[in-house]
Amino acid sequence: MTETLSLSAPAPPAGLGAALRRAERPNRLRAFALALPALLFLVVTFAAPIGLFLTTAVRNPEVRAVLPQTIAALDGWDGHSTPGEEAFIALAADLARAKEDNTAAALGKRLNYESAGMRSRIMSVVRHLGNFKDGALAPQFAALDPVWASPDLWAVIKRNASPMTPYYLLTSVDLGQDASGGIARVEESQAVFLDILGRTLWIAGLVTVATLVLGFPTAYVVSLAPSRIAGFLLLLVLLPLWTSLLVRTTAWVVLLQTDGVINQALLALGLTTEKLQLMLTRFGTVTAMTHIQLPFTILPILSVMKSIPEGQMRAARSLGAPPFFAFWRVYAPQTLPGVAAGCLMTFILSLGYYITPALVGGPRDQMMSNFIATYINRDLNWGMAAALAGLLLVMTLSIYLAFLRLVGAERIKLG
Amino acid sequence: MNTMTLERGRLDEAPPTADAAETMVAFERVQKTYDGRTLVVEDLNLAVRRGEFLTMLGPSGSGKTTTLMMLGGFEQPTSGRILLGGQAVERLPPERRDIGFVFQNYALFPHMTVAENVGFPLRYRGVRGAAARRRVEEALAMVKLTGLGERRPAQLSGGQQQRVALARAMVFNPKLILMDEPLGALDKQLREHMQVEIRKIQQRLGITMVYVTHDQSEALTMSDRIAVFHEGRIQQLSDPVALYDRPENRFVADFIGDNNTLSCELAGTENGRSVVRMPDGTRLLATGPSGQARSDLTVSLRPERIGLDSPDRKNAENRIAARVLDRTFLGDRVRLTLEAFGSERLVASVPAAEGAAILPGSRIAMACFAADCRTLTR
Repeated sequence: MTETLSLSAPAPPAGLGAALRRAERPNRLRAFALALPALLFLVVTFAAPIGLFLTTAVRNPEVRAVLPQTIAALDGWDGHSTPGEEAFIALAADLARAKEDNTAAALGKRLNYESAGMRSRIMSVVRHLGNFKDGALAPQFAALDPVWASPDLWAVIKRNASPMTPYYLLTSVDLGQDASGGIARVEESQAVFLDILGRTLWIAGLVTVATLVLGFPTAYVVSLAPSRIAGFLLLLVLLPLWTSLLVRTTAWVVLLQTDGVINQALLALGLTTEKLQLMLTRFGTVTAMTHIQLPFTILPILSVMKSIPEGQMRAARSLGAPPFFAFWRVYAPQTLPGVAAGCLMTFILSLGYYITPALVGGPRDQMMSNFIATYINRDLNWGMAAALAGLLLVMTLSIYLAFLRLVGAERIKLG
Repeated sequence: MNTMTLERGRLDEAPPTADAAETMVAFERVQKTYDGRTLVVEDLNLAVRRGEFLTMLGPSGSGKTTTLMMLGGFEQPTSGRILLGGQAVERLPPERRDIGFVFQNYALFPHMTVAENVGFPLRYRGVRGAAARRRVEEALAMVKLTGLGERRPAQLSGGQQQRVALARAMVFNPKLILMDEPLGALDKQLREHMQVEIRKIQQRLGITMVYVTHDQSEALTMSDRIAVFHEGRIQQLSDPVALYDRPENRFVADFIGDNNTLSCELAGTENGRSVVRMPDGTRLLATGPSGQARSDLTVSLRPERIGLDSPDRKNAENRIAARVLDRTFLGDRVRLTLEAFGSERLVASVPAAEGAAILPGSRIAMACFAADCRTLTR
């Protein structure tokens, strides 16, 4: 080999990169083809439904669909005075149509979100449509309810003529629009969602800390145990994972209820004289969630612990570190990737808990998911459910990203 | 002690008593069992001298690593005493033994820089700040890693990691340095280079080192003395030359270097040497620890100690008539597979120039000295 060759690699022949890409293309296509079914499955069953659902947080079809003439009539309205007679005529016509199509109730419900009392006002107009006499309609509306003369009411209708609304998203963070469209905090009595969000984060944090405190020593013991015993211990850790979530939660109900196993045992041992309230409390919620989440925290920590060579602690001891310092300065820092992964997993999963707080927790322990479920199942308010779900998703993603930034992606080992 | 520099080492320490000054480590009737049935170490008695490089050599499972771990404080002897500088240490935890340990695969702390690794033992000995930094610099300079203090272990080559481990084990001037197969993960060339380097540092600083390996050439290259372990016992404790030239039993003869083991019978003695009769009746003059006639007697003979019967060997006591079965060219030497003493196989290794003309199938006369024929009984 000549001097020049060894000093600098010869320039690659033109087109080498393209040739390499061409040569590798069949392999890449094959790999893509193999992953395609799973990818399609995820898109069709997971990504697309969630994406579509989240759009309902801003969709605003009701007013547009039911009150097209009213919207047109309000087009030139200044917004500060009672609209002209033509708006009342258009509204009466729209509502007459709505009565036939049975869509008035949905409209009333939608408008009621933004202005309390709108449902009954709308329904009252619909009921009295037949009684309206010839002549100006505005006074007749005002006779039913003087609020019909107020520009604020009409402002709500006009605002919702738009196909998209910020209402649900604003409400999910305790904000609302006033009559002039400005954004403001909602009244104290209405402001619940930030509280719920804070509570959700707090409970998830408590559960994460509890699983770490219980899980770290457990993982340490399992990692040190001889393989046969370690296998058995690992089975004990995994066993809960193979049981249905509902079964485990119900088991906690049996244990925690006022006449449950724990209270009976405490009474029998004479540790308490009266039964403790364990069910429907924060304590019960966190205990049951900790139990369910424990394997998710333990497994990543255990896998990292197993990869730390035995020699590390020995080396630290031989160099003069007493056992605790050897553990704290040499062993513990090396478990961080597992601790980070385990805590992240438990924290994120805990944010989405639904069944366990619903069954074991009290009204003050209900987490974001419970409210999402309530909006979907009971209130049929999908817009609000989507907004809260979106908020939870954004929260989770930002915590995840902040965590990655803080710890470093390469330092998190999930398995 | 802590403020002393590495260069001065421990040599200027006043010896308390003559015996303690001479002996750094003593194992006294040490036994170790893990399961309560089989002894991993049987009745070990071993004295390591101050400033000595002692190697514990043996196949895996021979008890050498267990012995090292007991000395390091990671295993407790089942019975017996271990003295370090005259003090019984068998109940002392590792961190209080003042022993530097270089582990197999180095056990460098991956989350610390090289300088933090080397400085680690100093922080538990009250050495801080500028003094600690100076000591770390000195230690890194000694292993020729000056300027790499801010790197992480993962950014270093295997050989460099090995040096860091060595610097870390020496930076606090320990009484003793233990090494557990420290060069096993390096390639051959680097391993040989490090052997020389570790030996140089050990001699320059006068440190006592106990070294465990299963590589006999490593043991022969580096050691003042070698303890050959097998089945929980020291089979022989000698300097490398004696170990090679005068093995005391068949295990040592076979384990160290190449060897021909031939069964024979004792025919008598002559001037303190044994006369043995080979299967075909040939008599050989031999030396060895075998003493009087035994049923299970062999003679051990190294291939390179069997030469062609030439004028150089006119004083050799033994003549062997042989037939050449095979010849292998090894570059500097030629390896001959011979048939001798009836139907015995015998391997001889002769300089390439002498062996060039020898053809398979030919009959040749070989010669060897009585001192190279070792009669062994077990």
